[in-house]
Amino acid sequence: MEIPIFHLADEHEHADGSSTMLGFWLYLMSDCLIFACLFATYGVLGGSFAAGPSPKDLFDLPLVAVNTSMLLLSSITYGFAVLAMDKDRTGQMQAWLAVTALFGAAFIGIELFEFAHMIHEGATPQRSAFLSSFFTLVGTHGLHVTVGLIWLGTLMVQVARIGLTAANKRRLMCLSMFWHFLDVVWIGVFTFVYLMGVLR
Amino acid sequence: MFDNPDLLKMIFGRLTLDSLPFHEPILVVTFLGVVIGGAIVVGAITYYRLWGYLWHEWFTSVDHKRIGVMYIILGLVMLLRGFADALMMRLQQAMAFNGSDGYLPAHHYDQIFTAHGVIMIFFVAMPLVTGLMNYVVPLQIGARDVAFPFLNNFSFWMTVAGAVLVMMSLFVGEFARTGWLAYPPLSNIGYSPDVGVDYYIWSLQIAGVGTLLSGVNLIATIVKMRAPGMTMMKMPVFTWTALCTNVLIVAAFPVLTAVLALLGLDRYAGTNFFTNDFGGNPMMYVNLIWIWGHPEVYILILPAFGVFSEVTSTFSGKRLFGYTSMVYATVVITILSYLVWLHHFFTMGSGASVNSFFGITTMIISIPTGAKMFNWLFTMYRGRIRFELPMMWTIAFMLTFVLGGMTGVLLAVPPADFVLHNSLFLIAHFHNVIIGGVVFGAFAGIVYWFPKVTGFKLDPFWGKMSFWFWVSGFYFAFMPLYVLGLMGVTRRLRVFEDPSLQIWFVIAGFGAFLILLGILSFLVQIYVSIRNREALRDVTGDPWNGRTLEWSTSSPPPPYNFAFTPVVHDNDAWWDMKQRGYERPLGGYKPIHMPKNTGAGIVLAGISMVLGFALIWYIWWLAILSFVALLATAIGHTFNYNRSFNIPVDQVLRTERTRTELLSGHA
Repeated sequence: MEIPIFHLADEHEHADGSSTMLGFWLYLMSDCLIFACLFATYGVLGGSFAAGPSPKDLFDLPLVAVNTSMLLLSSITYGFAVLAMDKDRTGQMQAWLAVTALFGAAFIGIELFEFAHMIHEGATPQRSAFLSSFFTLVGTHGLHVTVGLIWLGTLMVQVARIGLTAANKRRLMCLSMFWHFLDVVWIGVFTFVYLMGVLR
Repeated sequence: MFDNPDLLKMIFGRLTLDSLPFHEPILVVTFLGVVIGGAIVVGAITYYRLWGYLWHEWFTSVDHKRIGVMYIILGLVMLLRGFADALMMRLQQAMAFNGSDGYLPAHHYDQIFTAHGVIMIFFVAMPLVTGLMNYVVPLQIGARDVAFPFLNNFSFWMTVAGAVLVMMSLFVGEFARTGWLAYPPLSNIGYSPDVGVDYYIWSLQIAGVGTLLSGVNLIATIVKMRAPGMTMMKMPVFTWTALCTNVLIVAAFPVLTAVLALLGLDRYAGTNFFTNDFGGNPMMYVNLIWIWGHPEVYILILPAFGVFSEVTSTFSGKRLFGYTSMVYATVVITILSYLVWLHHFFTMGSGASVNSFFGITTMIISIPTGAKMFNWLFTMYRGRIRFELPMMWTIAFMLTFVLGGMTGVLLAVPPADFVLHNSLFLIAHFHNVIIGGVVFGAFAGIVYWFPKVTGFKLDPFWGKMSFWFWVSGFYFAFMPLYVLGLMGVTRRLRVFEDPSLQIWFVIAGFGAFLILLGILSFLVQIYVSIRNREALRDVTGDPWNGRTLEWSTSSPPPPYNFAFTPVVHDNDAWWDMKQRGYERPLGGYKPIHMPKNTGAGIVLAGISMVLGFALIWYIWWLAILSFVALLATAIGHTFNYNRSFNIPVDQVLRTERTRTELLSGHA
């Protein structure tokens, strides 16, 4: 009876982190479910104004439009950073990352301004179930962008220190997925919360 | 300084000397017991100079095998705590008749039934199941470790941090008095103003991070790291069930995270998600938590199904009957487990159409489960069955679980559920499936893989003692609850009016006592087995004449699992190798690339625990400090790029030569 090959006598080296992209993607999907829960909660409670202010009283669409464009632009500039990374142009990539960070920070700044304005008018998260779910959904997204900014800064330092190694490129790709993911979530927030809130 | 209440409040938050339960004698005695026991353990470790060994070889280890063992030890330790709660409840309910108030005040009793449920699900069943998956899956697929070894270590310690917080609530403050799912409005700040629910929230949030990450880890491992030749439909069934369970973990635990975060916001920030006024809706919480909660029970049972599949085919000496249908049944259960959550609260009043939908989907789950049952029966049919301990647990499971499944189908009928909702019938049902399924499965798995972990079998005599006490104890403890439930007794009651019910509670208490003997026998079994390890020794690495790859390597396996990556041609890869006369290679070794140990996981989990404690007690300065420390440590860890090393070839050679000598009987 012929005995087939039962083991690899000469094994090729596996690169470290070959599963990282899949693992990070799985994490993103779990994060997506957190947002799904928050969207669902907003869907259920978003009409419970408790005799308080409603979206029409609160939302300032031109401001949100500016804010949205900040985040969308930051996604484009991150894309440019990745293109530069693929060509191993470290300086160019760092510059695009810095631009991305600026757009991201602008987004967070405008969001904080909007929140402060609403709270100043008495539309606090405690005022009604609608406002609780609004602040939580939008705030969770903003928190994610903030984490993304910290991560971005860390990666810029790491690239500056040891250059565009395979490990750093992998990390930059993970952050890229994270950043674009937040963009997609924001499109959902913009449509579902702001546009439909004002149109309704 | 000590008479300045504002300053004390700033430093200690809500924590005062009154938070320590000096006035509860049961807790004081327990505390003394824990302190003395803890001192003995710490003293012994110090005396035998084991701290360095434990730190370097275990606590910081990224080896999936060691992490798996630590998970199982955690599960067993917490089983003792969770079971002590169960015994106390049984005793209270057996006593509190004829005007007696029992021995537990309501304040304490309510904490006990909450802690029992939380501990048994999150800190017993989950670690046992995760531990088995962690240990076995990489070995079964011919891998050297999991996809993210550091994350694995971190996940384990986050689970420990959650468990420690729950244990801490016993002596510092109190635990929730809400029942194990902490439904609002009871769990909201108005009705539960003290720290109990905050302990609940933060211990589960911290442990939940660990569970989620270990889910991601094992999926990536199974998808990316299978040995060459092992296609999806050649994976061992345990690996399949592990894959489905981890998919469920990744898809369900974020919902728990989200809903607990919302409850936390209600409690900490005064939002109105689950309040009764300002537009809040408590049923939103109940829906969300069961969208996690129902998949959770399948997260627990699927790996147990996997264990039973491995055990049945090994001890029947046959290939598993209906492998393909087994895989599809597992996948169908995975999907259906998402479509049934509302059956936990038919009484919400969502109307006939909604209730019918969820009743029918619930009943449909019994079809793939039944298919599995027949597959196991047909595997045994005409097999050469060896009634070793793992097989005994499997048969006890098959009988017990079918019974629990049938009462489950009864409860799935909405009109019947309106009568039985929250009754002891329900309690009997889910203990019937969780003990009869998950616990028996965990024991079957532990007894089955123990020789792989240690190199010697467990003592069969004490194992059989444990088995019979557990199985008979289960029936004595829970059959009376079915009867009581049908008579209309609801759950979580502390005192009873009707003296005719007492006899049933006494029988149930006797059953709990039998289970206690079962647990003690299990501990004796471990002790006796370690003492008699030379007589129980297995040098082959394959004590049960196994079928899957974990039995092809030595027991315990070397750190790198396999000197050469195996190539798979058949479902039962190791059986196939044995049948076709595979010879173990004796030379040609290469250095093996492995991940390095790291203390980052335990440090991060320790800081998370401090953060949780600070948030529970409103110690804001400590919360900010530990949060910053957490962030800094996590970022600092990412600056460490040097995370792997090579096991030199002569070390591999030495390890493998020892095994060769053992196999040829020269050792």
